[in-house]
Amino acid sequence: MDLDTLIQVLDSTIRLATPLLLACLAGLFSERAGIFDIGLEGKMLIAAFFSAAVAFSTGSVWIGVLAGIAASLAMSAIHGLASITFRGNQLISGVALNFLASGLTVLIAQSWFSQGGRTPSLPDGARFAEITLPFAESLRDVPIFGPIYADLISGHSALVYIGFAMVPLTWWVLFRTRFGLRLRAVGEAPEAVDTAGISVTGLRFAAVGICGVLCGLAGAYLATGLQAGFVREMTAGRGYIALAALIFAKWRPWYALGACLLFGFLQAIALRYQNIDLGAFVVPVQVMDALPYILTVVILAGFVGKAIPPRAGGEPYVKER
Amino acid sequence: MTFMTKILGSAAALALSAGAALADPALIYDLGGKFDKSFNEAAFNGAQKWAEETGGSYRDIELQSEAQREQALRRFAEAGFNPVVTTGFSMSSPIAAVAADYPDTKFVTIDGFVDPGEHPNVLSILFSEHQGSYLVGIMAAQASESNTVGFVGGMDIPLIRKFACGYAQGVKAVNPDAKVIANMTGTTPAAWNDPVKGSELAKAQISQGADVIFAAAGGTGLGVLQTAADEDILSIGVDSNQNYLHPGEVLTSMLKRVDVAVYDSMTAGADLETGVKVLDLGAEGVGYALDEHNADLVSAEMKAAVDAAREQIIAGELEVHDYTSDDSCPALSF
Repeated sequence: MDLDTLIQVLDSTIRLATPLLLACLAGLFSERAGIFDIGLEGKMLIAAFFSAAVAFSTGSVWIGVLAGIAASLAMSAIHGLASITFRGNQLISGVALNFLASGLTVLIAQSWFSQGGRTPSLPDGARFAEITLPFAESLRDVPIFGPIYADLISGHSALVYIGFAMVPLTWWVLFRTRFGLRLRAVGEAPEAVDTAGISVTGLRFAAVGICGVLCGLAGAYLATGLQAGFVREMTAGRGYIALAALIFAKWRPWYALGACLLFGFLQAIALRYQNIDLGAFVVPVQVMDALPYILTVVILAGFVGKAIPPRAGGEPYVKER
Repeated sequence: MTFMTKILGSAAALALSAGAALADPALIYDLGGKFDKSFNEAAFNGAQKWAEETGGSYRDIELQSEAQREQALRRFAEAGFNPVVTTGFSMSSPIAAVAADYPDTKFVTIDGFVDPGEHPNVLSILFSEHQGSYLVGIMAAQASESNTVGFVGGMDIPLIRKFACGYAQGVKAVNPDAKVIANMTGTTPAAWNDPVKGSELAKAQISQGADVIFAAAGGTGLGVLQTAADEDILSIGVDSNQNYLHPGEVLTSMLKRVDVAVYDSMTAGADLETGVKVLDLGAEGVGYALDEHNADLVSAEMKAAVDAAREQIIAGELEVHDYTSDDSCPALSF
C-alpha cells in the first residue's frame, strides 16, 4: 500500500468515523449520567431528516443544522421525561424512540415533499462545503507531510472539525469541571449527589440534553455533509455501532476517539478492498463489516481489560422508598 | 319455490357482481419503497399508466418489513384482488407459500421465480439484465478516458452480480484491457438504502482511477450518482431513467421496464397467462436511456456501437453470459 492509497483510506476513515464519534460522545454524556440511551440511532435519523428538510426550505445549511439539533433535542426530552421524570425503563424508551423516528421521518417527508419519504437534493448553499485549511495547496509539495496535510487534514466539512474538537472538550468538561464531576457522580452514586443537595433530575436532564445536541450534529453531518439530502433509514445502523464503540471505549472520551477511528477504518478498508487476499486465505468483506461487533463482544467478555458501565446506569433514581 | 330460486339467484348475481367489482389488480412494492426513483417507482409508473388509460383503480402497499410479505399477499387475495402483482426477488418464497391457498387468484412476481409446475396460478417475470448492462458497459468503456470503470451493487445477490457481469462483458468487448472495479454495498437489505456508503464506495473507486460508475443499488445508488456529479465524473443510473437527477453528469441509465411488466399484467387482468416470461432486449424489457439530459454525452459513435450490439444480441449473433446460469462470470471475479 503506497502513501496515496493510505491517505485515501484514512481520508475515508475520517469521514466515516465522524458521525460515529459524535454519536458516541453523545452516548457517553448520557450514560455517564446513568441514562442508557439506545435511541442514538433514532435521534440521528430525525436530525438528519430535519436538517436536510429545513436546509432545503431555507437554503441555509446552518439553519438546517439548528433544526436538526432541535428535533434531536425534542427526542431527548421525550426520553428524559419517560426515563427520568416517570422512571420508566430506559431501554424500552430508547427502542420506542427508534421506531418513532423511523416512521415519523418518512411520514413527514412524504407529506412535505411528496417524494416518497426523501427530501429533494440539496443545492450548493444548503449543504456543507469542504473547508480548505490555510496553506493546504502551497504545502502540498512538501514530502510526506504535504499530502497528509492537504488531503487528509484539510478538505473536510466544518462538522468534522467540530466533531474532533468535541473530544478534548468532552474530556475537559467531564474530568476538569465541577459540572463534570457531578455528572459522573450522578451515574455512579446518585444518592450521594442528592445528599449533597444537588438535583439529580436536573443533572440527568442536562446530560440527556447534551446527548441530543451531539446526536443532532451527527445526523446533520450525514444528511448535509456527507450526502445532499435525506433518504429513509439513512443512518443504517450507525447509532448501534456508536453504542458498540462506547462500550469498546469503556466510557472514556479519548478511547472513544480511538474506537470510532478504528471502526471507521475497518469500514473504509471494507469499502476499498472487497476481499482481502492474505496469500494463504481470503478475508471476505463480511468479516470486516462484522468486526466492530465481534471486537465489542470480545471486550465485553473481559478478554481485553474490563468494560464496567457506570454503576447507577439504567436505574431510575428514587429519592425515598 | 320459484320465488326462493329467484331470491337465491339474485343474491348469487349480486355476490358475483360484487366480486367482479372487487377484481381490481393489486400491487405490492418491495422494501425499497414506492418512490425509490428506481425499481419500485417504475412499477408505480406502470400501474399509474394503466389506471389513467383504462380508468380502472388498483390498490398498492409498501412493505415495511420482511414479516409483512405473506400477510400482504393473503390480505389482497382474501379481499378478491386479481391479479396480485409483486416486485422484488424476495417475493418468490412468500408467493410459493401462499399461491396454493388461493387457486383462483393470479400472482405475478417481477424479478422472482416460482416453479410454474407446482403453482399454475403464478406468473414469474424475469428480465435479461445482463443484456441491458452489456449495452451500458459498452457506453461506459467508450466514455472512459482512464480505461477504468466502476460498478457499485446494492445487496450482494446473484441478480446484482448478473448486472455486474453483463456490464463487465460490455466494457471488455470495447476495450479488453479496461479495468472494472466492482463493489457491493452489503449483504443485508439495509444495503439498498445506505447512500453514505454508496458515496464512500464511489470515492474509493474514483481514487482508483474510475471515471464512469454504474450504480445498481436502489437508494444507495443516489449517493453514488451524487458523488459522481460532485467529483465531475460520469455515472450510470439503473431501472428507471435517472438521467434527470444530475443533468449532464449521468451518462445513461440501464432501463429495466418494470413499468411495462406491471402495465401488461394489469391490462391482462384476471385472464393473465401464467408461467414464466422473460423480457429481454428483443421484447424491449431492458435497454438504455437517451433523452435531453444526456444527449450531449452520448456521441454518434457511441450510439452506433450500442445499437449494433443491440441488433446482434436480438439476432442471436452475440451471446452475453448470464451470471445466474452457472454462478460464474468470465469477465469479472467477485
